[in-house]
Amino acid sequence: MIVPLNHILLFAAALFFIGLVALVARRNLIMILLGVEVMLNAAGVVFVAAALRWWDIAGQGMVLFIMGVAAAEIAVGLTLVFRVWRRTRSLNPDSLKALKD
Amino acid sequence: MTLYAVLFYALAAVTLFCTLVAVTRRVLVHAVVWMVGSLLGTALIFLLLGAPLLAGFEVIIYAGAIMVLFLFAIMLMAQEPNEPPEVRTMVRRRLRARMFWPAVWGLAGIMACMALISFDPTNAAPLAAGRVSPKALGAWVFGNAWPAVEAVSLLLFAALAGARYLGLPLVRSDRPEKMGESLDLDQPPCAVTPEDER
Repeated sequence: MIVPLNHILLFAAALFFIGLVALVARRNLIMILLGVEVMLNAAGVVFVAAALRWWDIAGQGMVLFIMGVAAAEIAVGLTLVFRVWRRTRSLNPDSLKALKD
Repeated sequence: MTLYAVLFYALAAVTLFCTLVAVTRRVLVHAVVWMVGSLLGTALIFLLLGAPLLAGFEVIIYAGAIMVLFLFAIMLMAQEPNEPPEVRTMVRRRLRARMFWPAVWGLAGIMACMALISFDPTNAAPLAAGRVSPKALGAWVFGNAWPAVEAVSLLLFAALAGARYLGLPLVRSDRPEKMGESLDLDQPPCAVTPEDER
């Protein structure tokens, strides 16, 4: 396929910043986890594009490991969110004030 | 512009639109369903970029497993009751005010990336078509990166054990002399029916 690397990087950067906005602007723990997911996905796109550009299979191997890490992160993260919800009955991260004086 | 390039730009636009819609939904189930669309678009982009195994894994792991995990988590946690419309418009106005500066910073970041990328003349070479077969990728991963495979498997086991531990019902009145009543951090401040702990 004939697509310059720039355009793929731009696409991945836009995806990454959408995830970042979801991470910092949403007041919902599940949406924050979804933002992290979007950012990991964008990193995977960059790795695949780099593997194609520099003709190196290591980039694609790296995406496999990103997927493994994302699966582990989501499992633990959702369990933590569920525990927070069980305690405070809310998904708002502002409700976590147990350590605040 | 070849057919593949047209396909790539169309898929990129669809993926960006789905992601943008997904992160702005207020109903969590809608967000997850739009996110599935975004992940399927990313899988097709992986396929276009010569990574068929990763495209399959994207569908299986991300769109299949992780999003279903999100759906189950959302179903486990009760949603807040619907607010009256005036409260909703107030919340929406406050949300818009809160989204303003992150959106400005995100836009600035995208512009900075664009400036950094597009002024590098060596990066402008078009990508040649290349396709990595699943067999070659598997041989590379298990041949050259087997310590990383072991590390990821260990990490997945640790995540399994951690999720099991965090999901356990909490130690309560059966061992009060060891834990102490005041240290029971997970005792909710409000009244919670005991069915919730199961």
